[in-house]
Amino acid sequence: MKNILLAGVLAVCIAPSAQAQKFMTRTGKITFDATTKTSPEKISGKNNEVASILDGSNGQLVFQVLVKNFKFEKQLMEEHFNENYMESDKFPKSDFKGNISAPGDVNYGKDGTYNVTVSGKLTIHGVTKDVQVPGSVVVEGSKVKLAAKFAVKLADYNVTIPSLVADKVAKECSIILDAELMKK
Amino acid sequence: MMMNIRKAVVLSLSLLASAGTFAQDNLMAELENGAPKQKDYAFATFKSTRLIDGSSVECLGTGVLDFRISHRFGDISQGLDNFFGVDVAYTKLNLDYGINRWLTVGIGHTGLNKEDDGFVKIKLLRQETKGGMPITLTYFGSAAIETLPAPTLPDSTQKWLFSNRLFFTNQLLIARKFNDRISLQLMPTVVHYNLVDSSKYSNNTFALGIGGRVKLTKRSAITAEYYYRLNNTSFTVNGLPTYNTFSLGYEIETGGHVFQIMVTNAQGLTERMFIAQTTDSWSKQQLHLGFNVSRVFTIIKPESYKDDKDDKKW
Repeated sequence: MKNILLAGVLAVCIAPSAQAQKFMTRTGKITFDATTKTSPEKISGKNNEVASILDGSNGQLVFQVLVKNFKFEKQLMEEHFNENYMESDKFPKSDFKGNISAPGDVNYGKDGTYNVTVSGKLTIHGVTKDVQVPGSVVVEGSKVKLAAKFAVKLADYNVTIPSLVADKVAKECSIILDAELMKK
Repeated sequence: MMMNIRKAVVLSLSLLASAGTFAQDNLMAELENGAPKQKDYAFATFKSTRLIDGSSVECLGTGVLDFRISHRFGDISQGLDNFFGVDVAYTKLNLDYGINRWLTVGIGHTGLNKEDDGFVKIKLLRQETKGGMPITLTYFGSAAIETLPAPTLPDSTQKWLFSNRLFFTNQLLIARKFNDRISLQLMPTVVHYNLVDSSKYSNNTFALGIGGRVKLTKRSAITAEYYYRLNNTSFTVNGLPTYNTFSLGYEIETGGHVFQIMVTNAQGLTERMFIAQTTDSWSKQQLHLGFNVSRVFTIIKPESYKDDKDDKKW
């Protein structure tokens, strides 16, 4: 009896790791855009070194970016982004920790597009906020493509826009995420 | 019994929840452990490629063109006679271009002595933020040609040689960004004058410059720059003694502009003038107001933006 119990406990403990299907990338893409109608130029940056892991067994999902890896068309804008807005020496990373709200909806064994909602904690500029973001999970063989588009209010993350350029930078910037994760 | 089951359910749920966040932390740790090591370099040691009169360690980005207008007004101590110097202004125009991250070249013209100059700036070392290289090191080299009409020589058989008009400057710019606010720079300098007034002078003037900035806000800073001559301190210009140059500035950036205003005893805007041929002095309050305005243009887009066509232009 004892042995069976022990076996059962062990099975429960080991089962998740045995089932675990983890998907990972270090080359995901995030583009942000804070251009408004009154902006004299496009205010947008790209990061092509987004790291992410998705645990298919429970829908848990993390993202991490180095702020300095955002590249801009204008070098000066990149400098201002790092120095004045994101203060990337003080806050070098932005990340997200969360999970797919209904992890059971996605079948990683079957190719297809699954629309999901992801909720969790988004940390930007040292400020952590609870967010809920709609997105899609596309399963293609051993690849999982994640895509999402959402808006972030700069003020929520204590990113201040100086009054001088207040009408040239959007108060709310759009973030587009595009990542192709491979089975680990 | 019911209570116990409820308790057990609540307990196991909260355990599950905490296990959930742990798992995410584990995932994050997994990401971070395997992350490739990336060197992190100090950036924006100074806001501009010029400290005040002289150069800073900063180079332009790849494909960036910088158009600069510098003004130095006349001697403020003459009061209303020249409207505190505003009536007599010298201008320098510069076009600088970043060939790549570590190589910037530029050309300029200034009205004082009708001088044209060209320079090359090479970033040799970059300061790292987590140990490693403690400084940024940039080489600056320039050549300048005075284009005033040749002076009348006492002996008419003598010729005014073209080489008499040439000046060469070599500098090592050594800077360290100590924190968000404070950056300091040392500038060992040698200025070569092809022709000096007297054989008692060396053709090479050695000087040590020191400068720095303290940021007041994210977008403005107080700057200072001093060049101490190690020889040729008895240089004269048109019979006037010369002094070391000290400049005090305030700079503010707005979008694509950096605007610098300064008070300085130097009116010259090329190295050979402001390092060893400054005839005004702080002790006599012979000061000059001035400003530098810089506007940058991106000529060649970075690789990852080459395909974009929809961008708004000025």
